[in-house]
Order: sequence, then C-alpha cells, then structure tokens
Amino acid sequence: MSARPADWPDRLFETLKHGGIRQVAYVPDAGHARLIDRCRADSDIRDVALTTEEEGVAMAGGAWLGGDRAALLMQSSGVGNCINMLSLARSCRFPLLMLITMRGEWEEFNPWQVPMGSIIDPVLELCEAEIYRAREPDEVVGVTQRAIQHVFGEERIAAVILSQQLIGRKVWTK
Amino acid sequence: MTLERRAAMATLLAGRGDDLLVIPGLGSTAWDAAAAGDNDQNFYLWGAMGGAAMIGLGLALAQPSRRVAVITGDGEMLMGLGALATIGTKCPPNLAIIVFDNGVYGETGMQPSHTQAGVDLIGVAAACGIPSRLDVRNEDELGDLARRLKNLRETLFARVQIAADEPPRVLPLRDGVALKQRFRASIGLKP
Repeated sequence: MSARPADWPDRLFETLKHGGIRQVAYVPDAGHARLIDRCRADSDIRDVALTTEEEGVAMAGGAWLGGDRAALLMQSSGVGNCINMLSLARSCRFPLLMLITMRGEWEEFNPWQVPMGSIIDPVLELCEAEIYRAREPDEVVGVTQRAIQHVFGEERIAAVILSQQLIGRKVWTK
Repeated sequence: MTLERRAAMATLLAGRGDDLLVIPGLGSTAWDAAAAGDNDQNFYLWGAMGGAAMIGLGLALAQPSRRVAVITGDGEMLMGLGALATIGTKCPPNLAIIVFDNGVYGETGMQPSHTQAGVDLIGVAAACGIPSRLDVRNEDELGDLARRLKNLRETLFARVQIAADEPPRVLPLRDGVALKQRFRASIGLKP
C-alpha cells in the first residue's frame, strides 16, 4: 500500500465515489469528520445532514426508488435509532449501506457509550444486515467494496463497522 | 368547515400527469390514494411511520425532473417532525409535503393527536425554512393547492384540514418488493 494509514477516510471517499454513491446522509460524528468534509465538497454528491439516523434509512429507500445509490453515515449509538425504520428496507428489499464508527468498544472514556456500542452486532444481525468490519486502515477499502457489491448487487442491507481502534480514542482534555 | 378526505385526495390527484410521483403515508392516506385510482407511480407505505417525508426527500433528490408529493397524516408527520428540519436544509424545488390533518389517530381509535391540542404544522414548516406553505381549509384553497402542485417550483408544505371520518378502507397492493419494482419500472429503472 502506498497510501499513508491516516488517509483511510480519503480512500473510503474514493471507494464510495467509484461505487456510484450519489446521496450521503449523516448524523455528524467525529470519526466520520473527514469523510463528511469530502462529501460536502463534492458537487456530484447530495449530502444531507439528518436530525436522527432513522431519517437516513427512509431517505435511502426513496433514493433507490428514484435510481440513486445512497450511503448512511453514523456512530454506533445511531444504530438503536434505526431499528423500526429498518423494517422498511427489509419489507421492500431496499439496498442500504451503513458506515458505522464504533464507540464504547476500545479505550472508551464515556461509559454511556457502552450499552449501545456493545450490542450493535446482534441488533444488526437481527435486522438482517450483513456485517463488514475494518480494524486496520488497509482493510477499509476492501470491506467497503464488498459491502457495496452486496448491498446494490443483491438489494440487501450491510453495515461497514469502522472499529474504535481504527478511529483512535477521543481526546477529552486539551 | 372541513374537507372530506377522499374527495380532497381525488382533487389533488386528478389529471396528475406522468411526472408526479406519490408517497402516501401509512394508514388512511394510503387508502385515500388507492381509492383515487391505483397508479404504478404511487409507493404506498404500510409501515415506516415517521419516514414518509424522508422517502420523499431521497426520491426528489434522485429525480429532479419529476415532481414528488408526500401525502400523509398528522400522526405520521408528527412522528418524524425532524424530517421537516432536514428537508428545510435542502429544499428541493420538486418536493411537496401534504399533511391530511384531522387531529386524530384514525386507525387506532380516534385518539387526539398533538395538532388537536394546537401544535401548528404550518408554523413548524415555516420555522424549518420551507419556502412555500399553504393552509387548506375549504374548496377554494384546495383548488389553489392542486394548481400549485401541478406547477411545483419550490418546496411546498401544505396542511389540509379534513373531517375526522373513516370511509371504507380501499387496500392497495401490500407487497413492498412488488411496490418497489413496479414503481421503479414506471420511471424506466431496471427491476
């Protein structure tokens, strides 16, 4: 790999572009900050900031009805906000690509992040999402490419989990 | 004076045009849209309560050359009120959100909704920056809404004040995959 490890958000952005993603919905998150900046700066991508993650599940369904591929960016705490709306994707087999940054799994300072962060795998599995996990910078592109193929090739739900080790711990004192 | 819901839906969808895509919210507005005449370009919701407006946003962004009308109930809109704030940040000119407001949850036994207690959906839409708003309380205002829907040029939010009655259910197709496939095929997308 020629790219520097810290460039993984830029490589992730290029992977989404090559995968034909046209709409990117997100609840702002520090782990996704660079990716969000790249999406906002790209005139071919419709970036939509949400008030809550479940809005993005519905929006992605509407995007597919109209022929657009969408991606939904969130932090692990947002998974819980999506559960009932995921019924829409399951009932209609709408493709849904979720990119989830982890909290509450590694060197977490804030214990309030742990309850949701610790259960997202079983929750996502119950919601019929295929889980693709990246722990190292060099894994991000490959797992995202596989997730894109699964989601849009087969009209399925997938979650790309970006581990807390990959993102780095949040700095609480400056 | 309040409007009768079936007649109001029929007025809004009369001569709808090939470029109108309709998202009827779950429950009574889906039955109303089915009663007005089934159409492949209706994507009826049987669930996803609180999601209708956001489905409309994703669709409007994907299909800028077509008009998108989300037609839903006050209870459904209240469950996803944040969507109006989100839509206000993008304001696609081809999106209309139309709320049939009877102040009650008709499907569950006519319990009062927040609008009956005075929550003002038009005020919410205005505060969220949605540029065009219309409060529809009579036939003349309904006619105005129908005209504005036909010539949609900026994001429109309308509240249609309807009577709290329950006409017989007219049930549309309820297989979500089939609804999706026929909708996409109707606008030239591959299944």
